[in-house]
Amino acid sequence: MSISDYALAIEDLTVSFDGFKAVDGLNLYIEKDELRVIIGPNGAGKTTVLDLICGKTKSTDGSIMFMNKEMTKLAEHEIVHAGVGRKFQTPSIYENLTVYENLEVSYPKGRSVFGSIGFKCTQEVDARIKEIAKEVFLEEFLDMESALLSHGQKQWLEIAMLLIQDPQLLMLDEPVAGMSVKEREQTAELLKGICKGRSVLVIEHDMDFVASIADKVTVLHQGKILAEGDMKTVQNNPKVIEVYLGH
Amino acid sequence: MNFIYDRLLGGKNGMIGIAILAALIFIVLPIGLDLFRLNMVGKYLTYAFAAVSLVLLWGYGGILSLGQGIFFGLGGYSMAMFLKLEASSPENTAIQSTPGIPDFMDWNQLTELPWFWQPFDNFGITLIAVILVPTVFAFIIGYSMFKRRVGGVYFAIITQIIAVILTVLIVGQQGYTGGINGITDLRTLHGWDIRTDSAKYILYFINAILLFAVIFLSRYILTSKFGRLLLAMKDKEDRVRFSGYDVSNFKIFVFVLSAVISSIGGAMFTLQVGFMSPSFVGIVPSIEMVIFAAVGGRMSLIGVVYGTLLVNYGKTVFSETLPEVWLFLMGGLFIAVVMFFPNGLAGLWEKHGNKLTACIKNRQCVIAVKAFIENKRAKKAPATSE
Repeated sequence: MSISDYALAIEDLTVSFDGFKAVDGLNLYIEKDELRVIIGPNGAGKTTVLDLICGKTKSTDGSIMFMNKEMTKLAEHEIVHAGVGRKFQTPSIYENLTVYENLEVSYPKGRSVFGSIGFKCTQEVDARIKEIAKEVFLEEFLDMESALLSHGQKQWLEIAMLLIQDPQLLMLDEPVAGMSVKEREQTAELLKGICKGRSVLVIEHDMDFVASIADKVTVLHQGKILAEGDMKTVQNNPKVIEVYLGH
Repeated sequence: MNFIYDRLLGGKNGMIGIAILAALIFIVLPIGLDLFRLNMVGKYLTYAFAAVSLVLLWGYGGILSLGQGIFFGLGGYSMAMFLKLEASSPENTAIQSTPGIPDFMDWNQLTELPWFWQPFDNFGITLIAVILVPTVFAFIIGYSMFKRRVGGVYFAIITQIIAVILTVLIVGQQGYTGGINGITDLRTLHGWDIRTDSAKYILYFINAILLFAVIFLSRYILTSKFGRLLLAMKDKEDRVRFSGYDVSNFKIFVFVLSAVISSIGGAMFTLQVGFMSPSFVGIVPSIEMVIFAAVGGRMSLIGVVYGTLLVNYGKTVFSETLPEVWLFLMGGLFIAVVMFFPNGLAGLWEKHGNKLTACIKNRQCVIAVKAFIENKRAKKAPATSE
């Protein structure tokens, strides 16, 4: 397979903060329609990798090719326009707006200043908002102020805000953190549904949850890849057991 | 129809609010006040432009500018320059060593009108300048700040510094600007004497109409997706950025818009008050504008107009009786508003207004007031007869 066949091809990616290499010569390839999970101990550089892909942190060296386009030089909003969506670790939703308004604001039309002033919430937009809300189990809460949602519902709302943009690559940073057992199961179902037709990159600590969703797992340690493969292989890898899974 | 009702008037509640304010400004005040006081209200209402601009910028955008006086001043000075040139016709200034230039230039040994004054002999260009000068100025400030992601306290301090710089510049370059006295002795607009009683009435109403136009425009923008995006940015800027929006462009736009609105207020100030000076440009007026907005309720386009009127009324009353206390009182008021009712008068109205209207509907209030008045009369009556 050549690089151009991958949805996301990261090569020799390095970022150093005052000499400390948080990500060190990373190579990562993600196929179209793949759901990849990144695990690793605290400080392994997992969140930094997502920051680098979505442009929040600028890389020191290396390249990030997404759909054959170089991302490292683009501004954050341009990376989003290219089709990358990113969910933050703590739910980042607009608490002073309703669920409906949260989704409306995220709808990928009217993204310029004047476009947003002239933006009309047409039937098409309305139907799309309701469709997405249903997908994340929030159709009954559309008019609720989003600050009043439960923690799990906030996580879903943020996922919905990304889904409405129909990204080609969806990055989720600990999507089930703080969720109840039932919510975790629902989220696992949700993720299996949404990874059809797009690539999904998930960071997660909860090993049961990882086992229930992952095609392929990448283990990061000190900014480098320690192991990569399906869940079984990785779980039985002695190096992985030593630094992360052990005890 | 729906567009006007929902987007400009703001639904039923918004319409009631607009109607009450319009009745007050267009009917009650002009009938109830003598011309001197009405002219004063007109002056206060020019500050209301700045307060409305802060609803957009600070209330919704979360960007605190302590420099709205800059733009108020730019508009005011643009208008003053035009009026001054008209007042400085060669006939009027025949006794000067260089007739035909403003008197303060002559006093400062200038013998020629500076290049940047020359466009202001045309009223059309002046009106364009009232819009364009603050646009360019705010764009430069906004672009250099927001593209570098300067925000919060840093932005507030920088706007304050620019207000100081501009004041120092105006005061220091008195040959070009009239210095600390400002631009005074303004008389006519295309031959129409702006100092007469009828002109003062007309200017009051023009100002009021413009204020409502600005409120409608602001309401239109705030009820669009743009308005919701401003609220979203105030809450989670990164989420907006990583949802595909160039956040800085939105901030630059709202900053420029607020500058233009303030500038219109400044131009109307000059017309109604008859002069413009650096004391309406610097830190003190800029902070006062923030206080007007805070007291009125920084999320309410209508509330800030009441806030402006009320604080200025207080200022007039106190500076006539206890001038040294006023600044402390104003500071205390600001702290009290921020600590105890962050949404200002509008917030209080939202919280308790329902009770009041219900009370009026039940007529309990009316009965209570009647009883109170009669009680007072009964007490007063014997006293006066003696």
